[in-house]
Amino acid sequence: MQDTLLTIDPSIIDWSRAQFALTAIYHWLFVPLTLGLAVIMGIMETCYYRTQNPFWKDAAKFWQKLFGINFAMGIATGIILEFEFGTNWSNYSWFVGDIFGAPLAIEGIVAFFMESTFVAVMFFGWQKVSAGFHLASTWLTGLGATLSAWWILVANAWMQNPVGCEFNPDTMRNEMVSFSDVALSPFAIDKFCHTVISAWIIGAVFTVAVSSWYLLKRRETQLALQSIKIGSIVGLIASIGAALSGHQSAFRIAQVQPMKLAAMEALYNGGTDQSLTGIALVNPFVQPDYQNDAEPPMRIAAPFALSILATNDPHGYVPGINDILNGYTRPDGTVELSADEKIQRGKLAIQTLAEYRQAKKAGADEATLQPQLDILKANMPYFGYGYIRDKSELVPYIPVNFYAFRIMVGVGSLLILFFAVVLFFIYKKDITTPRWLHLSAIIMVPLSYIASESGWLVAEFGRQPWTIQDMLPTWAAVSNIHSSSIMFTFFIFLILFTTMLAVEINILLKQIKKGPEYSS
Amino acid sequence: MKQEGFFFRTFHLYYDGFRSMTLGKTLWLIILIKVFIIFAVLKLFFFPNHIHQNAPPGEEDDFVAKELIDRATPSHY
Repeated sequence: MQDTLLTIDPSIIDWSRAQFALTAIYHWLFVPLTLGLAVIMGIMETCYYRTQNPFWKDAAKFWQKLFGINFAMGIATGIILEFEFGTNWSNYSWFVGDIFGAPLAIEGIVAFFMESTFVAVMFFGWQKVSAGFHLASTWLTGLGATLSAWWILVANAWMQNPVGCEFNPDTMRNEMVSFSDVALSPFAIDKFCHTVISAWIIGAVFTVAVSSWYLLKRRETQLALQSIKIGSIVGLIASIGAALSGHQSAFRIAQVQPMKLAAMEALYNGGTDQSLTGIALVNPFVQPDYQNDAEPPMRIAAPFALSILATNDPHGYVPGINDILNGYTRPDGTVELSADEKIQRGKLAIQTLAEYRQAKKAGADEATLQPQLDILKANMPYFGYGYIRDKSELVPYIPVNFYAFRIMVGVGSLLILFFAVVLFFIYKKDITTPRWLHLSAIIMVPLSYIASESGWLVAEFGRQPWTIQDMLPTWAAVSNIHSSSIMFTFFIFLILFTTMLAVEINILLKQIKKGPEYSS
Repeated sequence: MKQEGFFFRTFHLYYDGFRSMTLGKTLWLIILIKVFIIFAVLKLFFFPNHIHQNAPPGEEDDFVAKELIDRATPSHY
């Protein structure tokens, strides 16, 4: 249905999206471990700085080495995403490049200068700089990576909630009118907190898993015990922090992207006092019949929990998919337009843009152009809806959002339990003996990555069809190029990234098997 | 003693660091191969700037306007 209505070959959209997803997913395999291990090695070196015990220096060096391997593998993998913007998503790049480019440029500068400087001091400077300066460099390496993440997440958050910009019909570009609105948007702050905290969990799980492997092999016991202790404390705090920041993210999504929340919940018809679905039978391969079904079959739900999640009020109103499509009135009395009305206003915006540009080229004066500019400005918030042919296009693929959200939350909850159990064994029992717990720690590594990637699936699938929320759907943003060329580079990336991942895992495992190098 | 200046020490931090690398040499080799593939192969041959390739210089806005307006025009399909 959707494909026949498109004005562009749908395989271009599919392959461009697949390629971007592939690149982003692989990139995100490297990034969270970098951010997470930065905290672990920083804490270890702080222990060394405070105690002057050479054990902590050796431990810090060991984790820094694993950090370095992952850091080296991850370098420049994100650049490919920027190539894709210019080639596959050229309309998007031009349309929002002035805004989107700023945080990416800052990220590039921060990443290059801060990380390259302090990484060098961290690895080369043990005998060259003072202990205090070295410790500061280690923490600043982590801070540099975290600041890089900040700017990338600012860029991503802007796509989900475009603020601080104004469309210029002469240049066909959205221009930044408030840097602070873009850089400090509440959506960006929530996204940053949730994403970075989830990265700390990955670092903590990795630390506990490597240490557990040493305990299974009955070697490096002291390193393993101290590392598990630090890893599980960081992990428990981060897991609880991820749950709290996740609640805040969901609250924000409810305000800005209610359709995403409705898709995550498979909430077809909303209302007040909404319950949160624990599990339900949503066919993973078919878009549910949300127009006719009341709710997914075999639904088990927690009363009031969705209203609390979305509004911080057990009786709060949460719109469902049909409410959003048909229009609804918020509790504060403001009216959210129906999809049909938004589509009409979007079409008016695009038509006015065409007329304005034509009149401008014909030499019309400002007084003649001003009414068109006013119409354009009034309808610009709905610009993207002008490309929507059928309102079903506004509904993201529900099964992916529904299950990805549950995997993320489910594994996140399991992680809280896991770290609590590990800490219980550390302080009340003997962590060196339970093999089941050591094996569980190793199994938690892939599980935590799956949870982390699932979070991104929710974030990105949930905002479909938009590349920029309400402004530009994928089929307007994509370049009109041959899908075969995108397909070809997709498989090049698949081979390249898989090779890099295999090389990284190989080198990491070798270094883990080798163990730390003790100075005495 | 003149050699103990900031720039000299900075140079030696990197010089000695790179010389004494063990695992780092392998990692740098991987980084260089990767960066070469990304910039000299992928960027050069597979990822041209679509707008710069298709729009005359200075008329990029017209190109994008046509793309965006046409894709919303019912007559287009």
